[in-house]
Amino acid sequence: MNNFNHYYDSETIRQVISVIVINEHNALSRIVGLFSARGYNIDSLTVAPITGSEYSRMTIVTTGDKRVIDQIVKQLNKLIPVLKVNEHKSVIEKETVLIKIPINQPISDVEVIARAYNGHIQNVTDDAIVISATDEPHRIANFTNIMINRFNPLEIVKSGVVAMER
Amino acid sequence: MKITGAKMVIESLHEERVDTVFGYPGGAIMNVYDEIYKQNYFEHILNRHEQASIHAAEGYARSTGKVGVAIVTSGPGFTNAVTGLATAYMDSIPLVVISGQVPTAIIGTDGFQEIDAVGISRPCTKHNYLVNKIEDLPRIIKEAFHIARTGRPGPVHIDIPKDITAEVGNFEYPKEVNLPTYKPTVNYNKRQLKKAMIAISKAKKPLLYVGGGAILANCGHEIREFAKKTNIPVVETLMARGVMGHDNPLLMGMLGMHGEFSANMAAYETDLLISLGARFDDRVTGRLDEFASKAKVIHVDVDPASIEKLVKANYPIVGDLKVTVDGMLESLKDMELNDYSNWVALLKEYREKEPLRYIDSNTVIKPQWPIERVGKILGNKAIISTDVGQHQMWTAQFYPFSFPRQFITSGGLGTMGFGLPAAIGVAKGNPDKVSINFSGDGSILMNIQELMTCVQSNLPVINIVLNNNYLGMVRQWQTMFYENRLSETDLSIQPDFKMLVESFGGLGYRVTTKEEFDAALKDAVDKKRPAMIEVIVERNEEVLPMVPNGHALNEMTLIGDLNE
Repeated sequence: MNNFNHYYDSETIRQVISVIVINEHNALSRIVGLFSARGYNIDSLTVAPITGSEYSRMTIVTTGDKRVIDQIVKQLNKLIPVLKVNEHKSVIEKETVLIKIPINQPISDVEVIARAYNGHIQNVTDDAIVISATDEPHRIANFTNIMINRFNPLEIVKSGVVAMER
Repeated sequence: MKITGAKMVIESLHEERVDTVFGYPGGAIMNVYDEIYKQNYFEHILNRHEQASIHAAEGYARSTGKVGVAIVTSGPGFTNAVTGLATAYMDSIPLVVISGQVPTAIIGTDGFQEIDAVGISRPCTKHNYLVNKIEDLPRIIKEAFHIARTGRPGPVHIDIPKDITAEVGNFEYPKEVNLPTYKPTVNYNKRQLKKAMIAISKAKKPLLYVGGGAILANCGHEIREFAKKTNIPVVETLMARGVMGHDNPLLMGMLGMHGEFSANMAAYETDLLISLGARFDDRVTGRLDEFASKAKVIHVDVDPASIEKLVKANYPIVGDLKVTVDGMLESLKDMELNDYSNWVALLKEYREKEPLRYIDSNTVIKPQWPIERVGKILGNKAIISTDVGQHQMWTAQFYPFSFPRQFITSGGLGTMGFGLPAAIGVAKGNPDKVSINFSGDGSILMNIQELMTCVQSNLPVINIVLNNNYLGMVRQWQTMFYENRLSETDLSIQPDFKMLVESFGGLGYRVTTKEEFDAALKDAVDKKRPAMIEVIVERNEEVLPMVPNGHALNEMTLIGDLNE
């Protein structure tokens, strides 16, 4: 019997965590500081006030083994301004990407591919077109790769993940 | 009642029944100090360095169980305080530390003596505040005391801009704290406790592994009761020294890197480790995957994040330790336990075969001797602080601690310079006891200026400096693991400690024989004045036993391995 093997479950998992936290000027730095001080990863972080309340919701995507994820949740719960921490099991995840493509690329191709990823052309200028797409994070990753490989984008901006329990 | 923010600080501390404040004034906190001058609610002890103010507040808090309070100024005043905050944070000591800040209009402009204090204190406090509005001040102070002393205790920092302490506002101290996001668990889960108790009844070699949480939760009495009623042996961590009392027959000693053979073997052989307010620190466990590897684990802690942080717990119980041990005692009434007397006898055999010991000398004072000697002469009349290093481990090993809060030491952070200022807090909070600080020639110089505080405030702290002309613990590692390359650990160039302490206005002694030591100790205790007894000790003594870093607890280097 060995109950003390630190590495008994070292498979790395991706975890979406939402944190409900009081709106105060220090709250974000407390959360981010916790991750950096303890060496945990943040893959993506989004934050916005919860309408009609004094709280904000943060959606954090992180990776680590089960022990690390457990610690993240417990340590977040320990922070005084944190009301609730959810480890999501079954969630709808969405991410938005904005991609700026030079005007000399074939616009119709761009639009066809964008539409396959729930995307649209948002703006066209003399120099560039800007497309946006909102979809599941892995599909956004796919979409971004295709755009990079085919159309030499000038600029790419991603929103980070927002999530909601099904 | 309309008063200034500075007056609000004073009134709030009074509402919290604070009787002693440690601190050091400066520009940004002057409004508060002006009110301190006018009040007579509490006594203010003027330290000579802000780090020492925090350690003194810690010594006060650790020895009395109350919340320690310190006040410092902005910028360098606050950055000096950070080591103290980190020390308190690592050992879960309840403190409220108030710092001045530059006026709100100046914040963010790199003003004179400005620093992002809440940014710096965030990782080394349980919680912190920057006061933005005077209306918030009474609520924040109320919350700070509540957060500091409840749940897993810890230091709370309040940063107050100068204009807020000057501004006038309505003062009403809140009766209650309203923090919907902070509700520490007090009551344990009953089903979980029942399962744990069944595991105890079935175990063959159960072991109580008691940590500093036992002292913080004031449940030494309950743990002694539980051990007595069940006949389960006990090991203490460094931070739990004194919980069982040195002469308790069920105490198998301190465990860990410099633990006793019997304690470390107990942890090695146990089949049920009952962790009470301990956190599986690496200095305790040695190689983690070998620590208590034959055992199932009952892990009781008030902090859910401590459970399964390092080891898997078969029976995790979150709750206040006093409440939980009370529950354990209660459930003993309708339980039948195994007979553990063979197990206790085996450990006692280990203890007799390989007791803590040192080889005394007739020609030179061995460093362990003065510690034992003070223990014999003063025993439970003294509260013992230490600095950090070899002397700290020898004190933990050889002083006969007999009650909780008798041993005041920096366990988690290992802060050199802690001992003397902590002993100041002890002396202030416990005038009926003798405040002794054991230190080394390295550590004592880190906050030696606090002799002035002792003299000014008439605090009879007795410093016993075990002088081996080395940074001893580092020297020991260099000897054992770095082929004796003594890189920068020779401290042969030293001040004349006797003259130094006398120049501060204290009593100085330099002793080289046992007779001189006894005479000096008696004189210092009788005269009730700040004192330093410099004891010239054997230079090359090692702290033993020792578990080399990265080894398992049963792989100890014992005294016989090196000396005989």
